[in-house]
Amino acid sequence: MADILQILYTIVPAALIASTPLLLTALGGLFSERSGVVNIGLEGLMVMGAFSGIVGTLFFESIGFGFASPWMGMLAAIILGAVFSLFHAVASITLKADQIVSGVALNFLALGLSVFIVREVFDRGQTDAISARLFRIDVPFLSEIPVIGPMFFSRIYATTFLAFIVVAIVWYVIFKTPFGLRLRSVGEHPMAADTMGIKVTRMRYIGVMLSGALGGLGGAIFAITTAGNFSAGTIVGQGFMALAALIFGKWHPVGAMGAAVFFGFAQALSISAQQIPGLAEIPQVYMLILPYVLTILALAGFVGKAEPPKALNQTD
Amino acid sequence: MKNLLTSRWFGLFIPLIAIGFGFFAGALIMLISGNNPVTGYVALVEGVFGDLYYFGETLQQMIPLIFSGIAVAFAFRTGLLNIGVEGQLIVGWFAAVIVGISIEAPLMIHLPLAILGGAIAGALWGFVPGLLKARLQVHEVIVTIMMNYIAMHVANALIRAYFQESGQRTAFIHDSASLASEFLAEITNFSRLHWGFFLAVLACVLMWFLLWKTKLGFELRSVGHNRQASAYAGMNVNTNIIMSMSISGGFAGVGGAMLGLGTFEYAEILSSFTDYGFDGIAVALLGASNAIGIFFSSFLFGGLQQGANNMQGQANVAPELADIIIALIIFFVASSYLIRWIYSRLQSKKEGK
Repeated sequence: MADILQILYTIVPAALIASTPLLLTALGGLFSERSGVVNIGLEGLMVMGAFSGIVGTLFFESIGFGFASPWMGMLAAIILGAVFSLFHAVASITLKADQIVSGVALNFLALGLSVFIVREVFDRGQTDAISARLFRIDVPFLSEIPVIGPMFFSRIYATTFLAFIVVAIVWYVIFKTPFGLRLRSVGEHPMAADTMGIKVTRMRYIGVMLSGALGGLGGAIFAITTAGNFSAGTIVGQGFMALAALIFGKWHPVGAMGAAVFFGFAQALSISAQQIPGLAEIPQVYMLILPYVLTILALAGFVGKAEPPKALNQTD
Repeated sequence: MKNLLTSRWFGLFIPLIAIGFGFFAGALIMLISGNNPVTGYVALVEGVFGDLYYFGETLQQMIPLIFSGIAVAFAFRTGLLNIGVEGQLIVGWFAAVIVGISIEAPLMIHLPLAILGGAIAGALWGFVPGLLKARLQVHEVIVTIMMNYIAMHVANALIRAYFQESGQRTAFIHDSASLASEFLAEITNFSRLHWGFFLAVLACVLMWFLLWKTKLGFELRSVGHNRQASAYAGMNVNTNIIMSMSISGGFAGVGGAMLGLGTFEYAEILSSFTDYGFDGIAVALLGASNAIGIFFSSFLFGGLQQGANNMQGQANVAPELADIIIALIIFFVASSYLIRWIYSRLQSKKEGK
């Protein structure tokens, strides 16, 4: 028993940390997709966020912000992510481009543009490492609760708590505010919404830009907490995994949270399964493909049917 | 002139404008980043045509791009967006190399068998999303994205478990399964150009023939135009969707086989995607899902990627500029509405006078 607890004390925090960027990005995707705009570009938005998070942190370090630098970097990532997502918004909303194609192009552009700038500025394919890192902290009082304390409130990043607070905010905004109602109606039946005087185009722009802001933040958090610098290989697939979490979570903030934490677990397990008796024999590949297989099963209706917003990916 | 908007020439007009916009934006980016766009583009062109070796490598780059472009276009003609070309290409690469390593047979049997192995693996990887789409109405885009990751992790795990030879790759394939050509290498200053180039050209012809000259192709295109009408006319929409995705996956798988049997002659443990599959979306889009269009846009994108290396060496411009230009070209093609809108504005002004 003590052994199992000890293992959980390592794995649960690791899983929560791994799920943080996925969760935030999935919540971003939720705003976009609930407004009726598919966002395959989440990957690119995370790339842009990771890039601006790291470059922002380096910049604020250099002008003496010290330990506040990573937070300023994240702020920069939120802003740049939202601005960068305008590419997707303009193409797919105003110019009526195919939303999926536009999202694919966004992914290309993010990687090309960020690595291009890095090469021009740093003369090589990666940035310098940031020195002002976030540290894993024990939450005062809460971490002393037996069992729960060491599992959920010890050796964890403040950003992880931030992500879970964002879940609550997003849930409230989407389901309890007029704004959320309008956003959802635009995603379900834009014509009816338009008749009711809701500005469809404006709502969709806001949806996409929120996905840019949160996707940027997700990417920045991954880069700042886990990677420490930025290169072309920093974000490889986390954006698509966030998209999977959004779908597996049935386009619902709490569902997306469950899915993101679950995927985080799969990730943490795939890294540390070797040390766990009973799991060591299971090949790592099963853990690696688990999130993707589950998403397909969820879509196929084996794990409860995932129904997308009705007006998703309609150009008119 | 009046009917330019609807005429077939407009189909050619949009990609050309989009390419123009893309290169113009690339020049602006070079200017802003303190490079000379003229030197940059001269280096780019020389990186493609300046040396026989460069030219051979460009043609070699085109091979997988043509196949993945055809794969995307083929599904697109049936109204399906196959984002899974990447994964289908990876399993095709893996399967072809495995056949190339583990069987001993004369060239006439071994090589076709290895290519067929790639095609079958790719087709299977396309069959799954096709089946899910047809039977359970699951959107193919998400399934194919997920299948990409499954393909990469499964192929990596299989190589690691059973076929790892030295470093991160398998053994070399037997000569009897190889597409490598001493002749083509020699005339292109020892580039990696291989016989697969002619197979790619053949594949373009095959795609055109399948789509436009067979009953199957007619049905596939019809389903792409209007599913309800096709069903009403007595076509089996579900079967056509599954066929389309499988054939598309098959083309992608052969594209992977070209890498495994021609370019590299081994399979490796991939740390990230090859990106050929995603480039295929760009190729198909710019080529208007048309065999000749795909050939030329493969040349453009293959040339951009090849020439970008020389840009770095000769003009000190980061090679990622090529990716930026490609991304912008996709944006502009996808936003053809903008081009149409500007054009119709110009047109109505003229008429107003």
